[in-house]
Amino acid sequence: MAGSTGGGETIMATRELAAHELHAHAAPQGFIRKWVFSLDHKVIGLQYYFLALTAVFVGMFLSLLMRIHLIWPNVSLPLVGEIKPETYLSLLTMHGTIMVFFVLTTAPQGGFGNYFLPIQIGAADMAFPVLNMLSFWVTFLGYIVMLSAFFVVGGAPLHGWTGYPPLSALQSAGPGEGPGADLWVISIALFCVGALMSALNFITTTLDMRARGMSMMRMPLTCWAWFITAILGLLAFGVLFSAGILLLMDRNAGTSFFVPLVVVNGQLVAHKGGSPLLWQHLFWFFGHPEVYIAILPAMGLCSQLVSVFSRKPIFGYKAMVYAMLSIGLLGFMVWGHHMFMSGMSPYSAFAFSIMTMAIGVPSAIKTFNWLGTLWGGRIRFYSPMLFAIGFVSLFVSGGISGPFLAQPVLDIPLHDTYFVTGHFHLIMGVASIFGIFAATYYWFPKMFGRMMSESLARWHFWFTFVGTYAIFMPMHYLGMAGATRRYSQFTELAYLRNLIPLQKFITYAAIVTIAGQFIFLFNLFWSMKYGKKASDNPWEATTLEWTTATPPPHDNFGGLTPVVYNGPYEYSVPGAPRDYVMQNDPATVAAH
Amino acid sequence: MASYTPTVSLDDPRTSTGGNGHIPPHHHDGDDFGSSFFDVRLRRARLGLVVGLTGIVMIFISFSSAYVVRQGLPTLDPRTDVLLHDWFPVPLPRLLLVNTAVLLISSLTMEIARRQAARKAALAQLASVPGVSMPAKEGVSWLALTVVLGLSFLAGQWMAWRELAASGFYVASSPSSSFVYLLTGMHGVHLFGGVVALLTAGAASLLRRPADSQAIAVDVTGWYWHFMAFLWVYILCLLEFVH
Repeated sequence: MAGSTGGGETIMATRELAAHELHAHAAPQGFIRKWVFSLDHKVIGLQYYFLALTAVFVGMFLSLLMRIHLIWPNVSLPLVGEIKPETYLSLLTMHGTIMVFFVLTTAPQGGFGNYFLPIQIGAADMAFPVLNMLSFWVTFLGYIVMLSAFFVVGGAPLHGWTGYPPLSALQSAGPGEGPGADLWVISIALFCVGALMSALNFITTTLDMRARGMSMMRMPLTCWAWFITAILGLLAFGVLFSAGILLLMDRNAGTSFFVPLVVVNGQLVAHKGGSPLLWQHLFWFFGHPEVYIAILPAMGLCSQLVSVFSRKPIFGYKAMVYAMLSIGLLGFMVWGHHMFMSGMSPYSAFAFSIMTMAIGVPSAIKTFNWLGTLWGGRIRFYSPMLFAIGFVSLFVSGGISGPFLAQPVLDIPLHDTYFVTGHFHLIMGVASIFGIFAATYYWFPKMFGRMMSESLARWHFWFTFVGTYAIFMPMHYLGMAGATRRYSQFTELAYLRNLIPLQKFITYAAIVTIAGQFIFLFNLFWSMKYGKKASDNPWEATTLEWTTATPPPHDNFGGLTPVVYNGPYEYSVPGAPRDYVMQNDPATVAAH
Repeated sequence: MASYTPTVSLDDPRTSTGGNGHIPPHHHDGDDFGSSFFDVRLRRARLGLVVGLTGIVMIFISFSSAYVVRQGLPTLDPRTDVLLHDWFPVPLPRLLLVNTAVLLISSLTMEIARRQAARKAALAQLASVPGVSMPAKEGVSWLALTVVLGLSFLAGQWMAWRELAASGFYVASSPSSSFVYLLTGMHGVHLFGGVVALLTAGAASLLRRPADSQAIAVDVTGWYWHFMAFLWVYILCLLEFVH
């Protein structure tokens, strides 16, 4: 008897050991394990964030070069010298690719998702910490490979971020289509691998690691957004990966998946029978969900912030969840609307068009609910809230041109004009960047233990908000007037000459807006060292990350496991002692 | 203790954002209570595997759709200026059938290894109880056998490639030969990942890591392995029958 009791204790002891192993790997000691090859989701989140921060400045610099070249075509520019038409194409390719993959996909999901998903659901880490570390380092490798395309013979590729063959598939198609284009494809493939591993981790963590009491319908909408984004990533990145492999084979193994029999630079190519359309289908089957991968986290965050800073529960929590789910689902059925000009049956075009406009419904539900949350709220206009409201504004202005482009009859004249550039920059680019800014201002106190300067943040907001509208709204007019995308010079074309003043205005606005971003950069690093010390819950928010220390300890909750009693948006509850009830506050149970 | 009205969630519709004040009944998800940590870890690893396999499925769905689309595409003959179909099936080497048999047998040995590891992990928990004797080490390591069979399959695939090349079908020879190399190659890469995972699991046992960690690794790799066998049969059918 005594013996078996002893045995039982041993089993208990091993189980406790296993529990320890299960919930938190030991806190690392050395610099390398702590900050470089870290298993801690918080450190990995910061790594993703700072990767995206460098990428966004690279991407922004490229766009600045393009804008300057557009209005002063003969000026020789730093680092690139004289800009030839193909140099311009390289700049726009790298700008688009770096921004879409290494900023808009990386920061909201890899950065903030990694840092805050486990904390918000009450877990000690991601489900698979080693895999999480690998995802980051594979993404990092992809980033380095992408940047290296600038420095190889022939320079960076010319084929745009969509990489349409035959241009992208033939080494002889242009100066950047040699090794630069190979590096581009390899980088994208690496990015896909990283994104797939990361999606695996996010989905498993959300489904299996939630704290006691944290039912799916009690998750903050940020977590829902990260979860749905991960599902989209899981289903979309594999397709892009496959397309990338086929493209690499066409480029280097002589196959003809995408290349038909064409004459390039006066030479008949050695390929035949492939279909550029096949690439377009595969690419856009990924590419359209990718738009939502970029913006869903911002939607979730915006819902969170609008509720926190209006001191009101989110209007229609379930409607928000179902709207995000239906946006995700519809996002997989609309890829054809990118290809109206590529030739397709009018019946398919009609179906794609209807599906695309249907996305307007859940989007309108979300907008309505954001406004409904703001309505009658005691709004606190702190910088995260400014950016959240800015997000709603951009989402509406950028989204409203979506149904225009969704109709083939309108898309045919507007396709490949600045109208499209204006549309997707507002909704996919800037709106999602506003999400990243809002998240930075909101979570900075939790991540670094200090507050960011509020007055600098306001300056940054107004510069960026007015600036981005000044850049991208006129692009819609340019597009309607017939200004085509991807042209490096307009001075030679008589019908576009009248638009040059508007192009100049856009460039000036871009220069001012870019200058405004240095306010943010300064604020970020200055506040890390000199900002006011933050309390554990400076915004008086309810979710679990505000219940723990600032910055959170290695295992997030200091050896405790949170238990959740409330939904995430319990603000202004009548009779409650404060105007918010924390998710882990058991007071209502006591009342029962 | 602050106690405020329990009718909050009933009276004020604004607060109905997800059940106030009570803990929902225990679900299997998100709740580690009541099941052993081995079960929790196993469940988590298997869930991760299912999610991961979904990603791999999407990769092969894309290749399959490209395969089907490419068959239907006409190509222009530059000499005659006529559109014609250039798709003709590649005669697959007989060796592929032998390889298929090897892979299916390896799936069987993998299953034995998986069950053995699970049993060992269950017994390991009792090992500290006095009077319980552990069974002697098994004569055959099914895990090692699976690795050997897996590597033989890969070697067989390599030989099949050589045979194809010897009969004049290279990667770029025809659209269907491109797909033969692509699909067998991508499958081979994924199976090789399984071999590496098995070797890692085997090394974990040599390094005397806890039996349950090894059991989880073997379990998940086992299901992955079965999936790879299934995927191979699918690819073979696609290449042989879909024209």
